[in-house]
This record gives sequence, structure tokens and C-alpha cells, in this order.
Amino acid sequence: MEPNPKSVNSTVGGAQRPPRLQVGHWLGVLPFFIFSGLFLIGPTLILAYRSLEGPQGELTFDNYRQLVTDTVVSAYGISIQISLTTAILGGLIGFLIAWVVSRGGLPPRFRLITTTFSGVAANFAGVPLASAYVFTLGRVGLVTALLKLLGVDLYKTGFTLYSFLGLTIVYLYFQIPLMVLTILPALDGLKREWREAAENLGATPAQYWRHVVIPVLTPSIMGTMILLFGNSFGAHATAYALTGGLFNLATLLIGQQISGDVLHNPGLGYAVAMGMVLIMAFSIFIYSVLQRRSERWLR
Amino acid sequence: MTTSQSSAPITMKPSGTRRRLGSSLIFLVTSLYFLIPLGATFYWSLRGQKDVLGFEAYRKLFADTNFLPSFSESIINAVATIALSLLIVVPTAYWVTLRLPKLRPVVEFITLLPFVIPAIVLVFGIIRLYSRPPLLLTATYDSSRILLICVYVALSFPYMFRSVDNGLRAIDVNTLTEAAQSLGADWSTILFKVIFPNLRAALLSGALLTFAIVIGELTIALYMAQHTLGPYMANLTRSKVYEPSAMAIVAFAITWAAMGIIDFVGRGSSRYLQTTDTD
Repeated sequence: MEPNPKSVNSTVGGAQRPPRLQVGHWLGVLPFFIFSGLFLIGPTLILAYRSLEGPQGELTFDNYRQLVTDTVVSAYGISIQISLTTAILGGLIGFLIAWVVSRGGLPPRFRLITTTFSGVAANFAGVPLASAYVFTLGRVGLVTALLKLLGVDLYKTGFTLYSFLGLTIVYLYFQIPLMVLTILPALDGLKREWREAAENLGATPAQYWRHVVIPVLTPSIMGTMILLFGNSFGAHATAYALTGGLFNLATLLIGQQISGDVLHNPGLGYAVAMGMVLIMAFSIFIYSVLQRRSERWLR
Repeated sequence: MTTSQSSAPITMKPSGTRRRLGSSLIFLVTSLYFLIPLGATFYWSLRGQKDVLGFEAYRKLFADTNFLPSFSESIINAVATIALSLLIVVPTAYWVTLRLPKLRPVVEFITLLPFVIPAIVLVFGIIRLYSRPPLLLTATYDSSRILLICVYVALSFPYMFRSVDNGLRAIDVNTLTEAAQSLGADWSTILFKVIFPNLRAALLSGALLTFAIVIGELTIALYMAQHTLGPYMANLTRSKVYEPSAMAIVAFAITWAAMGIIDFVGRGSSRYLQTTDTD
């Protein structure tokens, strides 16, 4: 506000600022930057540095060259496939639920139940979620048992919880709620006046959707789906708890390479980790660009 | 903006009943997807005793010698994380709003980092950085524990900053600060007697969100060899049959309590927060 700190005290009518303001406000933000530097940025930079280091401590791209080996490529491949599938499915289903509770003509308490539950489910990832699914769709899970009573032996059809399909079903449990929570404000931003204006101008519901709803919501929907992609791509705890860390997923591969007994190649682990950070950074970047674009309509 | 006032009530609801029916159906089907795993887990948690439905699995869980120590250790870690995070984030958000708006993009960028750096990556970076001499912190269990709490604090920044920032937008920080100053208040009085009390709902929601995330965290605690709830739960699923179901239900109840309080408090203060609801 006042560019020259010396003029602060003489500002007519303005409140008197304490004299130690200059030092004070930097002290106020300093711990934040120190913590971020020590516990977020520093550790990542050291991994980036170590990923460029060979066994004898020499500078090399060897670790990155090994990224094209079969295990690594397939780990990234499965991670990307699961993330894409759960982002698209979670995005569509989450959008549907958000639409239904905000515009579907249901009583308002349905919306309240949905948002509260979504807050819980979106944060229910990790070991408890994995356990819950073992008790549901695992070999002795309740649903598996009930289906067997009905004559369908799930595990004879080739299904297992510890597979691509299984992980997808489990991940959707936190992906859908995240979509609901993120997209609801965007739906609230669709103003009643727009619909009325469209109707007054003779638009059919289909035209209203094509020319108003979809263009306004597309950045939000795309952005949130990308957020879901990252959310699934970086997920480690749920997959670890479910598969004991043995499934070939990028996050699990990092653990196996850096601290595992069988596969042990820390340098490669660091390179895989850096690859993940790049993909995450890219998706979060696109997300924030799209989010900013959609905010134009939500004022 | 002002032209489309409600003139004649537009009765163009082509199929209100059918729409409501479709909505109810969608709601029902998705509810099943979310409730069945909880139901199944709850069912198994009641099967701890042969042929009888009862709370045996819960009793065994709480009687397990490792459960309460790891649970209380996680609670203490979470509380320490919240306290430290509040001490760091509140001044930051306050000063960024009031005095250093130019820093806002930088701070917002940093609060995105925990989403960019997956926990599994961060933990190995932490171990690399703090496991040798200049910054040796992983040597003992207790120093590792302090390190773990510091990492959790950094991970809580996005949630804490967003909550506090939303809270600050809802109150008029400038006016409150200037009013307090003109009455002779110093900075600590302003912060602790004016700003904090007005941010109660926002601070609570940031705190509880942090609590929900930290309490059962697995990845970082696991690789830092900490005996907290996350690794305990992971171990339990491998070694016991019925207790994991009881554990999952308890974990769900804890998350539910944290989120429920956020909702409840948020609704209580929503009268004041109306302007920021769409943010």
C-alpha cells in the first residue's frame, strides 16, 4: 500500500504502524519458507541430484537410460492407465452425482449428506480402505461370498482384487468423492439467469447444454479430472496395503528399488521418482491453468 | 445482469417427476457402491467370535499391546503437526493478505508442492538429506520422529493455507487490524486477541483436515521406521484376520468425526462466510 516505509508514520488519517513493521512482516513469513525449503524443496533437489549420480559418485545419465527397461516402462504404463481410467470414470460418475444432488430436484439434505460423506471418503484412502475392500471383494469378502451363493464364482472368472481392475474399483472410492467436492462449486456457478435467458431466447434444453453448460463447465471438468489423475498417480499407501508392495506400479517400484531386498538399485529408484515428479508437476500445472480459466465464470 | 428479473414464473419444467426419479435412482446406485464396502467391513468386524455376532474383534484390537501406543503416538504427532502448522501458516497467510500481497503467488506455488511431490518420493528425499552428517536426524527414533512431524507440517501447508486464507477473506482483516491499532494494540495482541478468534472456524477446519490426513499416514512413517498407526494398520492386515475390519471401522469413524465437526462448525459460521462460499 505505502511504497515508502518512511512515510508510513506520517500518513494522514491512516492508522499508526508500529516501527518494527519491516522486520516484523518478514519474520512472519520466514518460518514458512524455511520449512518449505527444508522439508519439501531441499529433499526433492537432493533426489534430483542423486538421480544423476553413478555408483562411484560420477555424473551420469545412466539411471535415466535405465528408465526404458521393461519393468520401469510397464510400471509407468500401469500407473498411467489406472490413473487415466479412474480419472475419467471418477470424473464422469462424480460429475453425475454432483449434478444430481445440486440440480436433480432432490431435497437439499441429499446434497448435505453427499458433501459430508465425500469429505470423509476422499480422505479415507490408505490401509483402512484397502482392508475394507479385502473384506468386500477379497477371496473371502462378503460380496464375493454372496455372489458365490448366487452361483457366480468371482475368482474363477479371473477376477482378483490385486489386479488392474481391482485397484481401479478401490481407487474410485476416493476419486469419485474428490470429483464431487471439486466440481460442486463450479455447478453452483451456473446461474439461474443463464438458463432463463436461454429459455427466453427459445433455446431447447439440448441447446442450453451445448452452448452454455458445456462451454462453461469444460475447464472445471477437465481440470478436476487432471487433478484426479495426479491423485491416483501419486497414490502409494492404498496400493501398498492392498498388494504388500509387490504390484508393478510406479510408486511401488520406487520403494522396491530404493529400499527393497530383491530389486535394489537406488539410482534407478531416484530416476523413477524424478519422472513421477515431472508428470505430477505437468498435471498440476495444467490443473491450475484450467482452474483459473474456469474461475472467470464463477464470480 | 439486472434485465432477467423474475417476470412471469417460467413453468417450463418438462418432466420434474421423471427427473427426480432418475436422480433418486442414480443417488441410490452410487450410494450402494459407497456403502457396501463399509457394510461388509462392519459385518466382518462383528464376526470376531465363532458363530456369534459381537464386538470381540474390537475388544481384541484394543487389547493388542501395540495398538494403543501407536494410536496415541499418532495422535500426539498429529497434534504437534497442527500446532506447528498453525504457528507457521497463520502469520504467513495474514501477512500475505495484509502486507506482502506480492508474495502471494510464491506462497500459493509452494502450497501446491505437496501435490507435485508424491509422499513416496518425498520420504526418500528426506532420508537422503537427513541421514548423513551435516544434518543427521535419522540416527535415533526420537529425532526421526521430530523429522516426521516436520515433514507432516510441510504437507499440511496446502490444507492449512487454504482454510486460513478463506477465513481471512471472509473477515475484513484490514479494518480489524486498523481498528485494533488505533486502539493501541500491538502485533501480538492483534494476532492473538483479534485475528485468531475471528478465524476460529477456518483454523478448526484446517486443523481437522490435517488431523484426518496425519493420523493414519502410512508411506512416510513406514520408510522412516516409525511405530505410528499407519504402519501398525498395514502390519495388522497381514497378521490378523478379524481385527483389521474393526480397525478400518475405527479409522472410518475417526475420519467421519473430523469431517463432521468441520461441516458442523462451517455451517454455524456460514452466515459470515457467504461471500467466499464459491471461492
